[in-house]
Amino acid sequence: MRVLRLFAQVVAAGAVVIVAYVLWFNLTNNLRAAGLPTDFQFLTQPIGVDIPGSGLSPGATIWRALLIGVKNTLALVVVGIPLLTIVGVLVGVARLSTNWLVAKAAGLYVEILRNIPPLLIIFFVFYAVVLQFPVLQESINIGDFLIVNNRYLAVVGFTAQPNFGPFLLIMAGALVVAAVVWWWRTQRSERTGEHHHRFLWSLGVFTIISLIGFLALGGPIGLSRPVLDGRALEGGYVGLAAYFAVLIALVLYTASHVAEIVRGSILAVPKGQTEAANAIALSPIQRLRHVVMPQALRIAIPPIISQYLNFTKNTSLAIAIGYAEVTRITFQTIGNGQPAPQMIFILMGIYLVISLLISLIVNIVNRRMQLVTQ
Amino acid sequence: MSVETPVFEELTVEVEPARGPMDWVRKNLFNTWYNAVLTLAIAAALMLALLALARWLVGADFEIIRVNLRLFMIGGFPADQLWRPWASTYLIATMVGVVAGSLAAGARDRASEAGVPLIGTTFGQIVLRFWPIIALVVIILAFTTTITPALLTIGAAVAGLGSYYLGRALPRTVRRWTWLIALILLVGAYLALAGFGGVGWESWGGLQLNLFLTVAGIMFAFPLGLLLAMGRRSSLPVIRTISVGYIEFVRGVPLITLLLAGAFALGFILPRDLRPGLVTRMLIAITLFEAAYIAEVVRGGFQAVPAGQVEAAQAVGLAPLKTMRLIVLPQALRATIPAMVGQFISLFKDTTLVAILGVSHMLKTTFIVNSQPDFLGKGLFVVTLGFAGLVFWVGSYTMSRESRRLERRLGVGER
Repeated sequence: MRVLRLFAQVVAAGAVVIVAYVLWFNLTNNLRAAGLPTDFQFLTQPIGVDIPGSGLSPGATIWRALLIGVKNTLALVVVGIPLLTIVGVLVGVARLSTNWLVAKAAGLYVEILRNIPPLLIIFFVFYAVVLQFPVLQESINIGDFLIVNNRYLAVVGFTAQPNFGPFLLIMAGALVVAAVVWWWRTQRSERTGEHHHRFLWSLGVFTIISLIGFLALGGPIGLSRPVLDGRALEGGYVGLAAYFAVLIALVLYTASHVAEIVRGSILAVPKGQTEAANAIALSPIQRLRHVVMPQALRIAIPPIISQYLNFTKNTSLAIAIGYAEVTRITFQTIGNGQPAPQMIFILMGIYLVISLLISLIVNIVNRRMQLVTQ
Repeated sequence: MSVETPVFEELTVEVEPARGPMDWVRKNLFNTWYNAVLTLAIAAALMLALLALARWLVGADFEIIRVNLRLFMIGGFPADQLWRPWASTYLIATMVGVVAGSLAAGARDRASEAGVPLIGTTFGQIVLRFWPIIALVVIILAFTTTITPALLTIGAAVAGLGSYYLGRALPRTVRRWTWLIALILLVGAYLALAGFGGVGWESWGGLQLNLFLTVAGIMFAFPLGLLLAMGRRSSLPVIRTISVGYIEFVRGVPLITLLLAGAFALGFILPRDLRPGLVTRMLIAITLFEAAYIAEVVRGGFQAVPAGQVEAAQAVGLAPLKTMRLIVLPQALRATIPAMVGQFISLFKDTTLVAILGVSHMLKTTFIVNSQPDFLGKGLFVVTLGFAGLVFWVGSYTMSRESRRLERRLGVGER
């Protein structure tokens, strides 16, 4: 029996090695026959295309373009994950609302969005919303505060003025004082039994100190208004319209899945918990915040992680409307005659690393949640 | 001395009955001030959305879909071969009918054995269950210019209904082979399109190609996924490592990277005289991708089989392979049915991705038709995308509802 087990494993390993060898043999031969390199030296060659919104010239090297692509992918992930969590939790809770219309509207949202392919939603947002905005020259300008056209969205931004450094220090100090106030209110509440209102207190203290500092230093932060200058937008924070199209579409799509998870997790909390919370006269919000949510979250976190990973992988669909994330740049580079096998190998490696990083971060958070609640 | 048992007086809880519709509205929509605000805000938003939708529906020009309906449905399939898609539609309708009838007969027999009265499904319930599909078929037929498609569709419905009753009437011994009948009909449907001088899948398009990629992707990926799932549970470290490595690698990368590999890199690793067409390469990529996900679904099914089942099988002296085939697999696969439907839906939506690589299915068609001379520059993307979205929505929504129904019926997760 042991011999048989060993034999089976040797055969399996051997088969994998042989297949890998044959494929490798074909790969190197075919690449050479096509006059393509078999190593990764080509990464230092110029990219040869213009990457919108990156400030990178077509002469920049391929690996720098890939880095820009990774940055653009991460820009979607970092902004998208918090957004989709907020929307998803809100809709999920709304589906269980006692308000009939709220529950039905949330249900309608979920049932429509999660049954349409995400790529189609991206196209729809892009063609039905983004491209309906006027062209650059006729941009919508709302009081020099917000400029929108079918290619860019620019909002007013902040710039550092003299004394910005000292002001940052004052803000840090205000944060410390606010923390102390928070602690003091908590202690007092535990001693006297009065309500602490610690959030309002801390926020108030922080705002007052920051405001005094701001005025005393003569306005260390200035506004940078976006300006339409001929064919370009200057100043402020400028984002590509394609970025927002992908972001909105994928957030709406993924949030519909998160909402279902949140709803299921809340329903999985035993009914007795809600009844007990009612019996000790907690308000509906307190009940959700202190009794139901902590228990529901524990059930919800693993499937929500997999939704985060799905979101991350779906950002690759931005390729379809020309947002320069890493898949699009790979696609363009291959189109420029660079060897596809190596490029795709790098691309897959990048996604694996991002996926691993996200599951690592969320797993650490998850472990802390589980410990706290147990 | 007798112990006086305390007598609890039964408290009659006064449940306030709803007094008419006004009372219901007050209780469910305006019970607190913030609910009242929410109700009004959402009602206003929904009204505006409905109004905008209605206005768009009235004003939009659907000529682009009317003219290109065939392109949306079957792509560039030769016009003189139209009988082929229809023949395959009839075969699939027959297959669905036979399978549904056979399942219904099984339920009937089980109910009569258990002595439970069988609650039959009424026509009204069928309509309620499948209203999106029925509505979609009506909408599509409304876009046709001749009466023939409508007549042929009614014919297909009749064929489906007839085979449903045929499936119900099948004797038990034949019913055991329903899956084989279904497979034969499915292969027949494929041959009707591609066999006997027909058109191979490389030239298919439209919705037909989406459906083909979904069905074929799942069918080819299933055996591979089953092997991977068993490999993942294997006690042999080498086989387990290979399986886990494959599954986790594929699940960590987006489908689009595999499709890119299929489109641009697969040609490099295959021998030089083997040059599969684009659709085939997409199908290979989809199969490799889907196998990893199916493996995870099947693993979930394995976990649903209690360990006692395997121990009992060992106790009665079944060999490992027989234990797998007769005890574990039947229970595990039954538990995976709802998740498999979920996987099917997800792949159905994912088939849209091959449009990025230039395969002309349903979604790609929405762009092709917009570059036709008659419609160029008219900005009809919203119309065509809306039509494609409706088709995908109906398919996914119906399947996900059926999957949830199945989940309740099978009682998965209730053990």
